[in-house]
Amino acid sequence: MAGKIITVTSGKGGVGKTTTTANLSLAMALLGKRVICIDADIGLRNLDVMLGLENRIVYDIVNVIEGRCALQKALVRDKRFSELLLLPAAQTRDKGDITEDDMNRIAHQAAELADYVFIDSPAGIEHGFRYATKPADLVLIVTYPEVTAVRDADRVIGLLEASDHTPAKLIINRIKPELVRRNEMLDADAIVDLLAIDLIGIVPEDSMILAAANRGQPAVLDPHSAAGQVFLEIARRLNGEDVPFSPLKEPSILQRLFGSLK
Amino acid sequence: MQFLDFFRRPRESEKDVAAQRLRLILAHDRANISPGMLEMLKDEIIAVISKHLQIDPQNVNVKFTEDQREARLVADIPLSNSRKERKTKK
Repeated sequence: MAGKIITVTSGKGGVGKTTTTANLSLAMALLGKRVICIDADIGLRNLDVMLGLENRIVYDIVNVIEGRCALQKALVRDKRFSELLLLPAAQTRDKGDITEDDMNRIAHQAAELADYVFIDSPAGIEHGFRYATKPADLVLIVTYPEVTAVRDADRVIGLLEASDHTPAKLIINRIKPELVRRNEMLDADAIVDLLAIDLIGIVPEDSMILAAANRGQPAVLDPHSAAGQVFLEIARRLNGEDVPFSPLKEPSILQRLFGSLK
Repeated sequence: MQFLDFFRRPRESEKDVAAQRLRLILAHDRANISPGMLEMLKDEIIAVISKHLQIDPQNVNVKFTEDQREARLVADIPLSNSRKERKTKK
């Protein structure tokens, strides 16, 4: 049976698409699934760096599309989990080098080899967004609790509804529990109410995410990372498990000190 | 005693301000009509209806409401009450 194709997108840039894709891909591998993640951000390759696999790249997605090498040959195997594979973006090409049909074909070919295929979409709602969402069985929309990011998420939801009616779920990223408690930040209830979409995860702000990107070791590998643990919960939900939403914990003073010293 | 209102009025939270602005922004985005366009539309509605009915243009209210992802344009157009006007003229 072919694997499930999940595209991570957001409209707005910088809200955590690549972080989400890296962590969910690793989380699925941790759960024992065969995973292929595809970096669809041609020209702005980054998923390889998040995963710490940048030194192992030989071929990229455009090479596969142009028939220079087979898909299997371009896939980069993860150092930690042999069941996790990355199809890197081309760094010196641009999004015009890929068509929706190309991406559709490659993603479905990858789905024959894996239980889950994650596609990291480029920011925006143009061609890159369209080819990245085209093959998806499910779209995960990442947003940040700020007016502009939520507005962009709404645009993306509207575009998905207008085109393929692909099911979509929401991830609210970088929520700050102490600001939510003081009513200074939009909370998950308000955002879900405005966007009228299913929620699949509320990821707290976590200084370990920066350290994880610095090292190429996604936070999901660290049992002490609050954000990492939420990504693991999201992966289990995607897997069909009924995982209750854990209450947001504010970092203790010790954790804050520890986090900033680390 | 107006200055006391400052203390009485519960201050709107940052969250509420953001949520209210978003609600309006999303309603306009979804219907693909800007607030300025809505104002023009309102003037045109008043002009059209005035041809056939006597209305009270000062109190016409045209706005968006939304229920989940369904936006709705609601126009509240009070008819000018000629009987009442006659009464006040006396």
